[in-house]
Amino acid sequence: MHKAIKLSIAACAGFLALFMAANAKDVVYEFHSYLFLIFAVAIAFWLIGRDEDNINLNSYMDGPIRSGVVATVFWGVLGFAVGVFASSQLAWPDFNIAPWFNFGRVRPLHTSIVIFAFGGSALLCTSFYVVQRTCRVRLFGGDLALFVFWGYQLFIVLAGTGYLLGNSTSKEYAEPEWYIDIWLTVVWLAYLVVFLGTVIKRKEPHIYVANWFYLAFIFTIAVLHVINALAIPVSLTGSKSYSLFSGVQDAMIQWWYGHNAVGFFLTAGFLGMMYYFIPKQAMRPVYSYRLSIVHFWSLIFLYIWAGPHHLHYTALPDWAQTLGMVFSIMLWMPSWGGMINGLMTLSGAWDKIRTDPIIRMMVTALAFYGMSTFEGPMLAVKSVNALSHYTEWTIGHVHSGALGWVGMISFGAVYFLTTKVFRSDNLYSLKMVNWHFWLATLGIAIYASVMWVSGIMQGLMWREYDPEGFLVYSFAETVDAIHPFYVARTIAGILYLLGGLVMAYNIGMTILASKSNAKASLTVLERPA
Amino acid sequence: MSKKEDHVVNKVETTGYEWDGIKELNNPLPRWWLYVFYTTILFAICYAVYYPAIPLIERNTEGLSNYSSRKELENEMAAVKSSHATMLELIKTMDVSDIQSDPKLARFAAAGGASNFKVYCSQCHGSGAQGGVGYPNLNDDDWLWGGSINQIETTIRHGIRYEADEDTRYSEMPAFGRDQILSEEQIIAVANYVCSLSGLEHEESVIALGAMVFTENCSSCHGDDGKGINEVGAPNLADKLWLYDKSKKAILSQIINPQHGIMPAWGNRLGDIIVKELAVYVHGLGGGE
Repeated sequence: MHKAIKLSIAACAGFLALFMAANAKDVVYEFHSYLFLIFAVAIAFWLIGRDEDNINLNSYMDGPIRSGVVATVFWGVLGFAVGVFASSQLAWPDFNIAPWFNFGRVRPLHTSIVIFAFGGSALLCTSFYVVQRTCRVRLFGGDLALFVFWGYQLFIVLAGTGYLLGNSTSKEYAEPEWYIDIWLTVVWLAYLVVFLGTVIKRKEPHIYVANWFYLAFIFTIAVLHVINALAIPVSLTGSKSYSLFSGVQDAMIQWWYGHNAVGFFLTAGFLGMMYYFIPKQAMRPVYSYRLSIVHFWSLIFLYIWAGPHHLHYTALPDWAQTLGMVFSIMLWMPSWGGMINGLMTLSGAWDKIRTDPIIRMMVTALAFYGMSTFEGPMLAVKSVNALSHYTEWTIGHVHSGALGWVGMISFGAVYFLTTKVFRSDNLYSLKMVNWHFWLATLGIAIYASVMWVSGIMQGLMWREYDPEGFLVYSFAETVDAIHPFYVARTIAGILYLLGGLVMAYNIGMTILASKSNAKASLTVLERPA
Repeated sequence: MSKKEDHVVNKVETTGYEWDGIKELNNPLPRWWLYVFYTTILFAICYAVYYPAIPLIERNTEGLSNYSSRKELENEMAAVKSSHATMLELIKTMDVSDIQSDPKLARFAAAGGASNFKVYCSQCHGSGAQGGVGYPNLNDDDWLWGGSINQIETTIRHGIRYEADEDTRYSEMPAFGRDQILSEEQIIAVANYVCSLSGLEHEESVIALGAMVFTENCSSCHGDDGKGINEVGAPNLADKLWLYDKSKKAILSQIINPQHGIMPAWGNRLGDIIVKELAVYVHGLGGGE
């Protein structure tokens, strides 16, 4: 695209933002309009200032990946810190600082930062890296990839600041208001274009399995996001909107979205990551091509139906609850296919668990992946769910998946990527990776076990009747009983956060060191001899 | 390396392709994996045949079990209701003191009372009914408005100083200091006298004056001996149990500008049966005097 066209798009966006700010009906909308404006102006200045002759179109596009690695580490540490804060609020309610830092606003901030900012940035940069290397072509669409990365960062900032200012649709994991949703849709479609375009123009005859998973993730998230976010704004120049759905339909759409955000964002996307970085780090071939095909198709076919298990024993019709349960149970083996393929890829390289802390992280990630994808179908069984639903057990389940699987596999990928995209020979300190591994693993182990214990205790206390048929415990007594576990959970979160800080220092020092001995090497798009 | 060996790693064939140095072996699906997968599918089919599962155009398949979660809930609720029905009917028609003298009924009512106490009463009186500053302890023998089961029932039903209920228990101690009914000297004297009744630290020199002030101003409610009168909710000042702080300062403050606690009337909110259950439970804690 010609520079002038890009500049005029940026200018139009800037004027639109100015118009929105001038007519804003509420202060959050006005604030966000100015953020849009700053974004448009920054793009314009960047376009004017850059030297276009210096771009080597024969090399891989690693700019957004380098930014992505830094963003992943930054959002990770911030997300863990906000998690520790939210957890402290539950243990010690005095940490609720009204109105900006009440639990009700901090909780979506935590979930959005860790899932969408940390996880999302990790997926963006690894998918850009993997698709280029395994297709042996530069990213499709030129500057579009940069727009995807920075546009996505803007989405995160809009969403996060919106929550703190009290702007929320109150749909879980989909709290941003309508105009932020529209912005995310634009960015996400651009992502799809970049990724699909790169796959289409590939120089390899076949599409590598990691790219199937990334593509399923990108495509399905687009569909889920658009449908779940359908809403009618009160005004085009105000932030408030009302969902198109109501009642049990709203609940069903919400959990169809919510469950598949787990399925396609946190499972399929990160399986894509796993399928590239584990064989690369272990330097072993993938165990079974056949297994990867069968578990890929069964996973994406079955996952999409499992959402109703979040609504057992509610107003949702029984037939939908039945389907939600049985599809969840059938999902067990397709989920485990990824774990088997990952673990068996290491056969013949098991000694590396002793010597390579990055491999150890990846193996731990697979172990937690296996554990939580067994726990998931189990919790979806109605009689188990009757005990576990609404208790801390659910929180424990989510975190063994999030801290164990998503966190650990991302850390492994980030350590791998840092040396590649910053062209440094080694990480600053492998010992620190080891420290990170143990801090994080200890954190997860404590977190998951205290939440299991407190969740089951809570569920049992809620349903305990005395011989005369009266409830034995009041709600307040169950809260009192789980307080020590809340404290332990906060400590677990602090351990995990400390691990994140060690990683941030290590990655930062690696990047600084790479700057000082920068090699002028360019990655060449040819198959290694 | 020959072409053939190129596609073989650890004696298993690869697919023959390579991406950025990654090869894929062509191992078969693990048998156990496949069989467990088939088993879950089989289970899913059986479960879907047995329970309501498939949406059709107008309605869904009912399943062989004819199950409905609403029906299940209704049945469970009905079972609990019918098992409680006799007991509840008896509680409804009987007087609390008669309920109490029937051991089986008393046990049932106390269990129901305990359950409700935790939901409605524990916020002020504590989950162990131990009370707090300004909120009476219900385990001891000190009862402001009387500790017989009928008196407790009335207190629960109509509350204390709860203006929305016409029959609420009501009394108000005059503000002897604020309204300048007594002089400073008299107040200090009577406070010391009240301290002396329960053995708190006091100044002996003013006791005579204090006793006189007490007889003239306080004994009509608190009694000549300071042991309180239940009918007007006047606390016993001669024991070692205090609603507010156990100190001369707190006693002075109460004489000068008294605080008056409020308890809601629960009769209309919880209904006759739960009020009676609560009365039986609370009486069991520290009733009687």
